Amino acid sequence: MGILSLSLFQAMLRMSMPVLFAALGGMFCERAGVVNIGLEGIMLNSAFFAVLATFLSGSPWIGFLSGVLSGVGLGVVIAILTVKYSGNQIVVGTGINVFGLGFSAFMCQKIWGSRGASGSVAGLPLLRVPYLEQVLGENTILIYVAFALIILSHLFLFHTPWGLRLRAVGENPQAADTAGVNVHRYKMVFVTLGSGITGLGGVFLSLAHLSFFAWGMTSGRGFMGLAAMIFGKWTPLGCFLASLLFGFTDALQMRVQALGILPSQIILLFPYVVTILVLSGFVGKALPPSDYKPYEKR
Amino acid sequence: MAFALQVRGLTKSFPGVLANDHIDLDVEEGEIHGILGENGAGKSVLMSVIYGLYRPDEGKILVRGQEVAIGSPSQAIRCGIGMVHQNLTLVPQLRVFENIILGQEPRRGIFLERQKARRRIEELLHQTGLSIDLNARVRDLPIGLQQRVEILKMLYRGASILIFDEPTTVLTPQEVDQLITYLLALKKQGKTIIFISHKLREVFALCDRVTVLRRGKKVGTCAIKEATPESLAEMMVGRRVLFELPRGRKPAEEVVFSVEGVSTLPEKGKALREVSFRVHRYEILGIAGVEGNGQTELAETIVGLRRVRQGKLVLNGEDITYLSVKERIKRGLAHIPEDRHRRGAILDFTVMENLMLGFEDEPPLRRGLLTLHFPTLQEFASSLIREFEIATPGGDTLVRTLSGGNQQKVVLARELSHPVSVLLACQPTRGLDVAATEYLHRKLLELKNQGKAVVLISADLDEIRALSDRVLVLYEGRIIGELSPESDEYQFGLLMGGKSLAS
Repeated sequence: MGILSLSLFQAMLRMSMPVLFAALGGMFCERAGVVNIGLEGIMLNSAFFAVLATFLSGSPWIGFLSGVLSGVGLGVVIAILTVKYSGNQIVVGTGINVFGLGFSAFMCQKIWGSRGASGSVAGLPLLRVPYLEQVLGENTILIYVAFALIILSHLFLFHTPWGLRLRAVGENPQAADTAGVNVHRYKMVFVTLGSGITGLGGVFLSLAHLSFFAWGMTSGRGFMGLAAMIFGKWTPLGCFLASLLFGFTDALQMRVQALGILPSQIILLFPYVVTILVLSGFVGKALPPSDYKPYEKR
Repeated sequence: MAFALQVRGLTKSFPGVLANDHIDLDVEEGEIHGILGENGAGKSVLMSVIYGLYRPDEGKILVRGQEVAIGSPSQAIRCGIGMVHQNLTLVPQLRVFENIILGQEPRRGIFLERQKARRRIEELLHQTGLSIDLNARVRDLPIGLQQRVEILKMLYRGASILIFDEPTTVLTPQEVDQLITYLLALKKQGKTIIFISHKLREVFALCDRVTVLRRGKKVGTCAIKEATPESLAEMMVGRRVLFELPRGRKPAEEVVFSVEGVSTLPEKGKALREVSFRVHRYEILGIAGVEGNGQTELAETIVGLRRVRQGKLVLNGEDITYLSVKERIKRGLAHIPEDRHRRGAILDFTVMENLMLGFEDEPPLRRGLLTLHFPTLQEFASSLIREFEIATPGGDTLVRTLSGGNQQKVVLARELSHPVSVLLACQPTRGLDVAATEYLHRKLLELKNQGKAVVLISADLDEIRALSDRVLVLYEGRIIGELSPESDEYQFGLLMGGKSLAS
């Protein structure tokens, strides 16, 4: 039956993971009223630290933790710069992206003697889950973390008081402030949390999808996450479905490449073309949480 | 006598401004207390201090005899003080009940209890006789209903002293009447209300006592029964204010501008349907009506911002239906837009730049092919600033920093700085204080008495009746009738409600 099969579905799911983590992470930042275009840099940085920590300790679990923590670390930096010092969110995000690209290359050169790639390390082990495995394919724990995150984020945002306050902070910080919500604290916490979640995407790339770090290995998936978040209308379920679309084009691209009917350069464009179509409003207008400006108390 | 709220010797200064200068205020339990003053008199600052948005430099606040320190809105709420701000503080994308409970959500475990929240609010609705759809998104509600959400927000938090900061500036006359009814009902339930305004009519309809502020100082407090509009206006402005200006001469026969059977498409607004009227020399033609019945569209059509589908516009005998905005201005059309912040002026431009807008590409402001001649421009600006009494530190001050009245003077000065035969004035005094309103009214009459024609579109019926020689009523994009300004209010009400007069 060729390219449409269970294995294609499983590939789609796998390829959608990094995009999904970035989308969920970006969603939390934007719900707090901060545009985080540094997702790409955060992810790359986390991918690097995950491999580095695994290399040094020999345990992929320590690598996992380091990857997430490095995301949290960059999140704190972004939060301090954009929330505390009211820095321009686009400039800060771009800075983070440039930093991620340069820093990982530099460290890679220092440690492994090559800017292009690290040595191979132990990846995360596959998780044995009876029955589910038949459908979802062999996966590491990250895919189950992702499903849990989608459900928890949804419950948090729409069914708890703190979710309501977070939504209010992003939409109209003045209103939240007059209602007695600590706007700055919410922004700091959720920008940091969102960046940590994005870090999971990096961990997925370097410890689950592959088991080494390669320079620029995120190849735009942070930006695709941004696109998926917009396409998904800033909701966890929407982010999930949109990420599946990106995962699908990615998986399809690999299959078509294997068939050898189109030049591979053109096939490689698939996910990016979809990104552009999504971002140019081709799929319908999306209303963002309205206030991206730094909030300053009178 | 029991006082709900007292303020003693309250002083608050900002760099260069003494906004509140040793103000005393006594608000009795269960009364509606008006705070009256011109823009910049310090009303809003005083209320912001009471509500904990600003810290006072000096002075104290007592709630029911107890001295309290209010450092933040949440502390004010704990003292039972609630405030409805001039600019509403709602989250437009959230639902009504979500906005009401925000910050004080009932919950079971870690989850929101929507049902309980709804029940609590419904009880509140029942007690106060207000009604609203709790599931509607706030952004879909008209401004009057949004304000109701704000009121419910305060009541939900258990406020018994309610502060309203110029609540009526954003409302239509109908919504104002409704608000007044609600406030009187709240008073009956024992709430204490502080009502800030500069509109005398509302103060007389609502308040038991008023305190008047002027330039940061308290002028006095008096019972409304002992006050007259004239006495309060004099306290506010510091001099006598004329409410009835002499109209001057009768309109001439000569038609300056006419609209002949104009219809437009209902594109982003109401469609105009066969609108016809004429304006003569020495005439102010008033256009009354409930807002949203085509006033904005009519103005945009006359100015040239909206396409005419049928009919024509004639200015000084010339058909201008298909001319560009610029061409119309050249032929003597001047325009005071209803939204001075978006259409009238560019707030982040200087006074000088705003004064030249639209004339920057013509001599004498332009010298040579491309350059502006700054000495001429400066001279031009400073002569207009002098002539129109614009209170600004200089021509290079940003318009944003001026008061509403002075911003409007900038617009007026620019529009009248070139030869005019007809002036279209849309809501010219909306949001302006008594003195600025009086100034603008004088100017409109002055223009008329110079032989110009004026079309005055206003939602303020008192304004229309005070100035116009004839009044047309607009309803659903159609001119539904003509009245003389002396006709009684009942007749105006009928027409504005869409009922034609049986002739």
